[in-house]
Amino acid sequence: MAEYSWPKYHAATVLGKDHDRIDGLEKATGAAKYSYDINRKGMLFAKLLGCPHAHCRIKAIDASGAEKMPGVRAVKTMKEPGNEIRWQGDAIVCVAADTEGAAAEALKKIKVEYEMLDVFVDDEDLAAAEKAGRAKPAGGNTQWEVEPDDDLDDEQADAEIDRLLKTAEVVVDGYYGINVITHMCLEPHGSTCEWNGSKLTAHLSTQNVSGTAGQFADPLGITADDVEVHCDFIGGGFGSKFAADTWGVMAAQISRETGRPVKLMLDRDQELKVAGARPSGYLKARVGADKDGVVTVWDSHHWGTSGPKGGGVSQTVIPYVFDPKNRRRKQTAIATDTGPDRAWRAPNHPQACAMTQTAYDDIAAKLGIDSYDVFLRNLPSVSPKKGAHSMADTYREQMEIGAKLIDWKAKWHPHGKGKAEGSIVTGLGMALHTWGGGGHSSTCLLKIHPDGGVETSLGSQDLGTGTRTAIAIVVAETFGLPVSAVKVNIGSSKYPVSGPSGGSTTIGGVSESNRRAAQDALRQLSEKVAKKLGVDAGSLVAKDGRIQVADNPDKSLSWKEACSLLGMAPLEVQGKFERGRGESPLSSSQVGGVQMAEVAVDRDTGVIKMKKFVAVQDMGLIVSPRTAESQIYGAVIMGIAYALFEERIMDPKTGAFLNCELADYKLPRLGDIGEIVVEMYEPKDEYERGVVGLGEPPVISPGAAISNAVCNALGVRVPVLPMIPKRVLDAIAKGGKA
Amino acid sequence: MKAFDYVAPDHEAEALEMLAAEPGGSEILAGGTDLIGLMKQMIVTPDRVVNIMEIPTLKGVSADSQGVTIGAATTLDELLAAPELEQFPAVKQAIRGINSMQLQNQGTLGGELCQRPRCWYFRNGYGLLAQGGRLVAEGDNRYHAIFGNAGPAKFVHPSRLAPALVALGAQVRIAGPGEADETLLPLETFFRTPRHEGQREHVLAPNQLVTHIHLPAAEGKGNATYEVRHGEGPDYPLASAAAALRFNGSRVSEAQIVLGHVAPTPWYSLDAVNAIVGQEVNYDTARAAGEAAVAAATPLSGNEYKVQLARTAVQRAILLAAGLETGGF
Repeated sequence: MAEYSWPKYHAATVLGKDHDRIDGLEKATGAAKYSYDINRKGMLFAKLLGCPHAHCRIKAIDASGAEKMPGVRAVKTMKEPGNEIRWQGDAIVCVAADTEGAAAEALKKIKVEYEMLDVFVDDEDLAAAEKAGRAKPAGGNTQWEVEPDDDLDDEQADAEIDRLLKTAEVVVDGYYGINVITHMCLEPHGSTCEWNGSKLTAHLSTQNVSGTAGQFADPLGITADDVEVHCDFIGGGFGSKFAADTWGVMAAQISRETGRPVKLMLDRDQELKVAGARPSGYLKARVGADKDGVVTVWDSHHWGTSGPKGGGVSQTVIPYVFDPKNRRRKQTAIATDTGPDRAWRAPNHPQACAMTQTAYDDIAAKLGIDSYDVFLRNLPSVSPKKGAHSMADTYREQMEIGAKLIDWKAKWHPHGKGKAEGSIVTGLGMALHTWGGGGHSSTCLLKIHPDGGVETSLGSQDLGTGTRTAIAIVVAETFGLPVSAVKVNIGSSKYPVSGPSGGSTTIGGVSESNRRAAQDALRQLSEKVAKKLGVDAGSLVAKDGRIQVADNPDKSLSWKEACSLLGMAPLEVQGKFERGRGESPLSSSQVGGVQMAEVAVDRDTGVIKMKKFVAVQDMGLIVSPRTAESQIYGAVIMGIAYALFEERIMDPKTGAFLNCELADYKLPRLGDIGEIVVEMYEPKDEYERGVVGLGEPPVISPGAAISNAVCNALGVRVPVLPMIPKRVLDAIAKGGKA
Repeated sequence: MKAFDYVAPDHEAEALEMLAAEPGGSEILAGGTDLIGLMKQMIVTPDRVVNIMEIPTLKGVSADSQGVTIGAATTLDELLAAPELEQFPAVKQAIRGINSMQLQNQGTLGGELCQRPRCWYFRNGYGLLAQGGRLVAEGDNRYHAIFGNAGPAKFVHPSRLAPALVALGAQVRIAGPGEADETLLPLETFFRTPRHEGQREHVLAPNQLVTHIHLPAAEGKGNATYEVRHGEGPDYPLASAAAALRFNGSRVSEAQIVLGHVAPTPWYSLDAVNAIVGQEVNYDTARAAGEAAVAAATPLSGNEYKVQLARTAVQRAILLAAGLETGGF
């Protein structure tokens, strides 16, 4: 089997260097065509009638009014009388018309009779959920430092927890929470579908080019070979765009029936109501610690919702990163009449971090000691495995780096004891996170043309992260060529299969397949060059646009000369990586990150301002530092959003999604994010682990880090994120009492 | 969006002729920053849209010794640039607070005053009074009124310039319904709290048009707007206040204090005025005026915090109008 490897630490010339995005100009000038930009001659516009009610049963649908409207070409019901509706906005009828306006007006002519059912949307009120029969147990787990001879029943476990809490130097009895948020993709979900004979092309806004063709084919009664899913550019997905979705299939179906291309993109309010949400979590915990702040016992119960199915934040990540020796955790799922969840950037982790590392910080507050020390002293309880050294070591080193960058030692003060300037108080907070990020399975087809042209094709997608650029860097590094010499073809299901962009798996997957293909191709090309130069192929390297004997540049051919040796046909090499087939020298998984926040709070208005935010992150070998850094900036801003601004607000009575427009769904703007410092942590042993995904981890810690900073500033905990002025003022008024 | 007739007259008289007499028949389009969204969501569904931006007499700023007259179709951006308005920092501060070049370039003074409330029950199609006010009272009312909310109207008036303009004694010129009909009203009386669904937040008849705003010369009156904003984006303030103060020596001899985003209309606070008149302005007297301003507040189930915000907004507006440090960010 061929050997694959990366250049030695600091030996690469293209890899790990700053490069412009190869599609940056297209994106910046608008030349890049996103799915929403795909228009076709004779195209119909399709729109969905969403249910105005959160919980009801359809009694009758009369769409005849819409059918009679001029310009309307298709009216299709997506739900039938008798169907139960579980969230506002759920699609009932689809109308396609010559113009967007005609489709919108036609929707208004559809009459639907509903039988109203009980509405429950308040995911925070556990007692109310229990009373309404919406709460059900969702698992739990207990571990004891000294395992008892027999399993303890609930009563015995209660007694043991109480006993352990009594022996603790300090006990925090806290409440922490984080509301549901949506994905708020700038480009909403949707597609333009067109048929050529029996073949469907779906221009789908998707994170899953290779995986969605079959999702179209099956309900349309065709086979996946007759479907091409195409997506050159996507305006955000964040975990919500893996599926063709019922509305995608509907667009394809109407297109087939009318013989015209059909465009169906969700409206903004529909995007928020139906196309994905992040589960909420609310947690009550009793946490005991020794005099140094080392947690000796953790006992928590949390609840929350993923929508009608209950769900919430998995108890398996409670408490987050830390795993104290005595620990009991319990989860309750609450079924609400709200749009169902979809994976949101690092599922479970941001909520778990926000609900539990806040409790760790409260231990520092209660003991009056430095939060940094409490985090440090609890590191021995983090999961020990990561490549050559332990996660605890990584965190320790990252904490030192972060502390220097934010000047922690000089700025830190005990909680609520900082010097106020008028009504303004400042504070520091931190949090830690982890993520897997191992590469997904990926296959690419790499071609070297006899004229020197290089292209690679794979059914991957650029989520906005710079996937094309990263792939070009990997291939260019291998061939000793500039990045601009490599053409990258992604965004079509007709290319070799590459995984969906979820779980921070893309960079690992596409780096694997492309490095493998490129190294194999270079070996084959080197054989020909070696013959021509009369040298041993093993002595050849690709460098500075030439293939040369490693220590003798005089014995060389230019890249073009070398490629001309291929004859008439291009050299085609498949690169293949299969996830889960043991360790690879090119990629690995498991990263750690430390983030620190400095905030200022106006006690008179409850307004919080970000002063500085430091993100220290490892990601193994860094392929493309500029786009990696950009991802961390984006993640931190997204974190500031859910820490300070965004939440899904449901009307308790009607179940209406009240802030379902951009005007009301609050997000931070440039002036709200403060100074963000990104520090890429890439010592030699990190580099040698190979590539690890980065997309998700840096979005995990901001909630807890910012909450801890606010608590440090005020001396009281604002228990639930986002920390909007109302909640800050309410917390101040209550003086930290629940 | 419902299909509609579109007209763009170039004379006031022509515009008046185009406006329907019955409510909802026509809508006036100026910058369109609010109307277009409302029409797309079919909250507003006029048969005819009358674009007034082609009418030259509705544009521009002119000044004389009596004060300043501003055409209703003058953009906010033009107001920011107008030297005639240097004497009214309260107005410019409110415009800057919008934090959006697009809204400032496109939005007009008349439109800013006549924009529809941001109440999310209204915007989600439940009507401005949303089940006689019950939906708001029993629902999520974090952004709703803490004054003037005993009736069915519990929204807050959305205008960000109105508190400053009312505090500065602005008058509004209304044309119509007939070509020769003209009314000059104190701006304060232009706004009203609707009692019935279908009533607007002002006294304008459907076939009347706001043509101009007149501001009396400031004559040395210190004036300021202070908005409490959640963030730096174009979001509406959580609460705001405008203050106009005349001094006799070091003491306030005359004051107008108007709160914004706390009631269905801009909210004139006589209590705050009484508290500050006769006083020297400092942190404590401004605070006391803030206290007085909110003493009679009637918060709803979820907006008690706005009482504190209104108190702070009044305090800081007074300090700013007096040229003192406001505190805060």
